[in-house]
Amino acid sequence: MLTRQRGLAVRRPSRYGNGETQVHLRGLLTENLNLNLERSGATAATCGSGVTYGRPAPLESARWWARNTEAGAGSGPVGWPCRSMTQSVVVQVGQCGNQIGCCFWDLALREHAAVNKAVLIDMEEGVVNEILQGPLRDVFDSKQLITDISGSGNNWAVGHKVFGSLYQEKILEKLRKSAEHCDCLQCFFIIHSMGGGTGSGLGTFLLKVLEDEFPEVYRFVTSIYPSGEDDVITSPYNSILAMKELNEHADCVLPIDNQSLFDIISKIDLMVNSGKLGAAIKPKSLVTSSTGVFKNRQEKPFDAMNNIVANLLLNLTSSSRFEGSLNMDLNEISMNLVPFPQLHYLVSSLTPLYTLADVNIPPRRLDQMFSDAFSRDHQLIRADPRHSLYLACALMVRGNVQISDLRRNIERLKPSLQFVSWNQEGWKTSLCSVPPVGHSHSLLALANNTCVKPTFIELRERFLRLYKKKAHLHHYLQIEGMEESCFTEAVSSLSALIQEYNQLDATKSMPVEDLPRLNVAM
Amino acid sequence: MSIVTVQLGQCGNQIGFEVFDALFNDSHCSRGLCSKRENEAYQASCKERFFSEEENGVPVARAVLVDMEPKVINQTLSKAACSGRWKYGQHSCFCQKQGSGNNWAYGYSVHGPRHEESIMNLIRKEVEKCESLSGFFIIMSMAGGTGSGLGAFVTQNLQDQYSSALKMNQIIWPYGTGEVIVQNYNSILTLSHLYRSSDALLVHENDAVHKICVKLMNIKQVSFCDINQVLAHQLGSVFQPTYSGEGLFHYRRNPLGDLMENLVPHPEFKMLGVRNIPQMSENSLAYSTFTWAGLLKHLRQMLISNAKMEEGIDWQVRPPLSGLPPLGKMSVNKETHFNTSIANLVILRGKDVQSADVGAFKDPALYTSWLEPVHAFSVWKTQRAFRKYEKSAALVSNSQSLVKPLDMIVGKAWNMFASRAYLHQYTKFGIEEEDFLDSFTLLEQ
Repeated sequence: MLTRQRGLAVRRPSRYGNGETQVHLRGLLTENLNLNLERSGATAATCGSGVTYGRPAPLESARWWARNTEAGAGSGPVGWPCRSMTQSVVVQVGQCGNQIGCCFWDLALREHAAVNKAVLIDMEEGVVNEILQGPLRDVFDSKQLITDISGSGNNWAVGHKVFGSLYQEKILEKLRKSAEHCDCLQCFFIIHSMGGGTGSGLGTFLLKVLEDEFPEVYRFVTSIYPSGEDDVITSPYNSILAMKELNEHADCVLPIDNQSLFDIISKIDLMVNSGKLGAAIKPKSLVTSSTGVFKNRQEKPFDAMNNIVANLLLNLTSSSRFEGSLNMDLNEISMNLVPFPQLHYLVSSLTPLYTLADVNIPPRRLDQMFSDAFSRDHQLIRADPRHSLYLACALMVRGNVQISDLRRNIERLKPSLQFVSWNQEGWKTSLCSVPPVGHSHSLLALANNTCVKPTFIELRERFLRLYKKKAHLHHYLQIEGMEESCFTEAVSSLSALIQEYNQLDATKSMPVEDLPRLNVAM
Repeated sequence: MSIVTVQLGQCGNQIGFEVFDALFNDSHCSRGLCSKRENEAYQASCKERFFSEEENGVPVARAVLVDMEPKVINQTLSKAACSGRWKYGQHSCFCQKQGSGNNWAYGYSVHGPRHEESIMNLIRKEVEKCESLSGFFIIMSMAGGTGSGLGAFVTQNLQDQYSSALKMNQIIWPYGTGEVIVQNYNSILTLSHLYRSSDALLVHENDAVHKICVKLMNIKQVSFCDINQVLAHQLGSVFQPTYSGEGLFHYRRNPLGDLMENLVPHPEFKMLGVRNIPQMSENSLAYSTFTWAGLLKHLRQMLISNAKMEEGIDWQVRPPLSGLPPLGKMSVNKETHFNTSIANLVILRGKDVQSADVGAFKDPALYTSWLEPVHAFSVWKTQRAFRKYEKSAALVSNSQSLVKPLDMIVGKAWNMFASRAYLHQYTKFGIEEEDFLDSFTLLEQ
């Protein structure tokens, strides 16, 4: 299968001393030889202005191919008429977005290497060493293409209006090129934070651009929301302004907050260090671990938390990358989980967070995984879905789990969850046979639930507190194109959204009635 | 005469593979319990129907595989090729890269017209390989996007292009508690379209087959593979050759035509269900013996009490006393739960099949009043045993058993529709609210 993913990265001033804004393009191409004999070259990385690292020869791949397929009628590989799968383009914006993106690539490569062992063997014969020592390091470090001295200064307006217009053409060009190389572009993943300037402003500007330029391609946004104790003072402004864009131009948003990620890490540390488990925890299985292929990569701060998000993205796309008995493509996520176009915010939770070293997982352990997915400890955003109304829920299972296990657990958990009256069985399920590295199975739950409402309400509160005093407003208003109306529109957009959730919540306590059906005259 | 199978979507393709596998394994099964000549005639008939010959002797399934994303088709092709005994044609499949996203509208309005020509070409090629065409067997699910939407489109096309050939659609009824959230929408849209363009709809419910796996086959962790295999077994027992009127060694030439003739007397009623007996795991098989009388009795009760398997049959249900006409329009709230049939077909396979007595099925109380039992009931036989069962019986019936599930699905879809949920996903691709309303109207009838 072909997974080709490219990233477009825009950085803002690093807190770690690098005072430049850089824009660079990176790409990663991994290929499973099983499907496509013509495309036998796997380029390890395409970086910036067309530097590519080709693998030695199609000959290598042909030999591998011959070793690993059953020749059948003896005339060589059976013709695989179907070509590669869909591609996604990852757009990483801002410091936060970039750091998460880094972790994502690392883990993705590790996952595919584990599945396609033969590919890795081939790569080790020459290319991998070259990569490790050589220029691929640059993929994860900065490589300048477009630079700008000042950053966005934590100002949404700068990111959105100034950098947006400045770099629109260049970015568009790169995006078009990426898209052309894709056989079938299915979706864009945008990773950014809401509280800063670049990620928030330029990131959301890109959303509009993507919608205009590629209207048929889905836009999935992973947004890091600011916690209450965020150190950026203007984060409420930035978040609210960004929310308006998300409301209007994103197909699906996965809100995540740092506090939840932090809590998950604390929990893991507790388990690891408490020693009461006795058996060792497999190191690679930690959802926070970053032992990817590239061991030389320096571990940066926030890495543990970023890895959790990276794992989220991996699991999200697993069913479209690997085979399973009940596949789910990314467009199915949007189709099933978004009943009304505005309500596209999904609460995500991941299990398991670690695996114990014993190999045989009895069914009870499996059921525990399902229960965990609905516990607040495993959510990536602070919310309380159990006491709110579910509009829809998706369960994406990986590993050796069968349909009967899935159904048994749904039956078990259903009574404690409240679903909206017209979608009482609002479950979407998928089974992928390939588990993540280090685990025998895993579960990602995505819920469209009214419990995101408090998060938004709180955000609005913080915004209004600042806005009433007009604090820091001049930084925004002095940017060309920004007016007070931008702020008021953004707030009303958010209020409308909250209102929609309110309406749904109001139906929560009403009894479920079947509406009168059509009466057909015979 | 041959049947061309069209496998659509993940479900269709996964099932299709199991069906061909079952058919092939059965026809080459060594425990046919009949004479060699008999066996050869059986094999030849089966082969003619479902497989065509290739140069090196490996049978090639007469099938066209269609899916909008490549993973499942590749899996299916490789499984068949790896078995070494039969395979799919190398060029008989069509796929795209991006699926239909569980969206009926996308499958029907976008993928359909876009790929109409390629798909119909593939089908035509397969048809040309047949000496004479009995009809089409289309396998699809109702809940997803490709199987349901594209399936409806293809069936309509087949109706236009091959109006003289018969079409039977094998549709999979989804689990009640959701595999896909919008499955109710997809199902009603599919059913309403298929009812207009298909000749018969053979329905299998995931819930029912799942129960069979759990109770009868004793499978602890039921997987889709298990479910598909049970399904394939049921289908195989229906489609494998049986005697025509001429007696021994002569097998029916036109399976689809005969099925339709017997079971679909009126175009308004074309939903069929299959019941099979006995059905058990291979381990238990070695220890069981059967009599025809016992099997048939169970089968009859399964029919009238609307049970799908031989365990847990409600023996209390009895047909209404003859003389009292059954009510004109059976409402689902009727207490007796008696399942009236329009037509039934019993297929018997195995030892001493001539001695089996199917008189109980000719009871007019089982049937509606507007059809004579002699027209409503028929039986097919063959001495050749099916798979490893010494005796087995299958019942294909056109009865009320599907009214209740249909009612449930329409109810749920209607509720969702009333709150306008998910509609924007469909209108995006051209299915408007009126189309929904049309579907509801048709199904309420």
